[in-house]
Amino acid sequence: MEGALMKQADALPAIEVAALSKHFKSVAAVDDISFSIEQGSITGLLGSNGAGKTTTIGMIMGLILPTSGSVRVLGHDMTRDRHAILARMNFESPYVDMPHRLTVRQNLHVFASLYGMRGIEARIAELASALALEELLDRQSGKLSAGQKTRVALAKALINEPDVLLLDEPTASLDPDTADWIRTHLEDYRHAHQATILLASHNMAEVERLCDRIIMLKKGKIVGDASPAEFLERFGRDTLEDVFLDVARDRERGHAKAFSGEVGTGSPPENAIK
Amino acid sequence: MKTKNKSRAVTSSYSSPYFSMQRVGAMIRRYTYLLRSSWSRILDLMYWPAVQMVTWGFLQTYLAHLPQTQTLASRATLAAGTLIGAIMLWDILFRGQLGFSLSFLEEIWSRNIGNLMMSPLRPSELIVSLMAMSLIRLGLGLIPVTLLAIWFFGFNLWSLGLGLVLFFVNLILTSWSIGLITAGLVLRNGLGAENLMWTVMFLILPLACVYYPVSVLPAWLQWIAWCLPPTYVFEGMRALLLEQQLRLDLMAEAFCLNMILFSISIAVFFALMQSARRIGSLLQTGE
Repeated sequence: MEGALMKQADALPAIEVAALSKHFKSVAAVDDISFSIEQGSITGLLGSNGAGKTTTIGMIMGLILPTSGSVRVLGHDMTRDRHAILARMNFESPYVDMPHRLTVRQNLHVFASLYGMRGIEARIAELASALALEELLDRQSGKLSAGQKTRVALAKALINEPDVLLLDEPTASLDPDTADWIRTHLEDYRHAHQATILLASHNMAEVERLCDRIIMLKKGKIVGDASPAEFLERFGRDTLEDVFLDVARDRERGHAKAFSGEVGTGSPPENAIK
Repeated sequence: MKTKNKSRAVTSSYSSPYFSMQRVGAMIRRYTYLLRSSWSRILDLMYWPAVQMVTWGFLQTYLAHLPQTQTLASRATLAAGTLIGAIMLWDILFRGQLGFSLSFLEEIWSRNIGNLMMSPLRPSELIVSLMAMSLIRLGLGLIPVTLLAIWFFGFNLWSLGLGLVLFFVNLILTSWSIGLITAGLVLRNGLGAENLMWTVMFLILPLACVYYPVSVLPAWLQWIAWCLPPTYVFEGMRALLLEQQLRLDLMAEAFCLNMILFSISIAVFFALMQSARRIGSLLQTGE
């Protein structure tokens, strides 16, 4: 019986977004989007600045209330029932930070307690080893470099071994070496924990390397939803960066001609990549 | 000639490498834009001088109307006797609210509120932890001061006994209520509402009759004063210090009002938090 319940839970999509919209006064930041993300996958949320990525992630976390539509994470409605699932989620975002005067160890200890972790010191040591934070643990968080802060933020995001991890530009402001190192860690984490990761990023190389699937947003609407390889093939491009520019600038090329026409109208992208 | 014109286009006659009125003007413009965009900042500018004038004006009225049969010295002693007690009880009210609000502001200043709201921490748990921090901060700040008051002025706040306990409970409840409402405003409106956290308590200072009895106020203002729980505490303190009478009736009325105020403040806090989720300000805390 327990096994059957577990199986049923595993079959649930990790994230289910249905007819989701968010209007700030007259501006439609997110406009009637729907998608479903299966457990254990890494999905990239792409789009220009102002496309609606952060607002979408904010609604998935339950920090922003939708104007209409619904978000479910592992079966729980994030508008009404978010506290039932928050212990199994975590996030990292450039819009938040950690108390500057606390040391890295103190910050991680506080968050581990908030997430109800046991064996906190062991977990901190484990993360410090995995993310090369040993030397930083007793330094004040506010005195770290941008790259060090990002690693600490990632440690905080992984402190509760989340099943669903939301990352908003996790490698922004990092040098290529550190960024690559973080990506490797995220890949390892996904494989080790069968975690679901939703990643908003402007770094196309990162998305191409990490993501099984890309959801592309423009002006709050989904204008493409496919694997990185399918995007390249449909647009006839060699890199995702070129695909991104094609979408952002409504450029026509190869198979994407009809697709770009839809973008300009602002109507639902019926022939967007599915 | 062309070069000269180009130079004029980028450098006005008010600019010099050493001091530029244009740059000063740009900064004044920057602060004016900020001021114009924030009603709480403008309110803060206006009400502070008004509060000062009203508070000290009523104190002057109180002193002028003390019984004329008494000498000036005895009138001053009578007023000063309650003054230290009033200042210390006022500090419980003010520091209690500040202790609550500052702990909350720390999260806003460090942009940590999004992390907290995304964690399993429930708003009710956040509120209880802020209350606990308010008590801890208050204890750290006020206990040494009460000992100094004994040493310097021979005024022993602890000698108020049960009265002190009742005063404290009522004042701390009011301070938490005000702290909750201002915390909600900061969540909803960002750091533009931060000034309110520092100064809102002074808005009720003249009406709560901290330094003078309610009878000094005009009749219409007395009605408003009796709507505020701290008014009962300060009246009770004067009754205890001047007449050695513990007015339990006043304390009970203050407690009832505090329960109403506290319930309203919790409802307001949750409504403002919901509004913050609607406008998306939980992820964008700033000025």
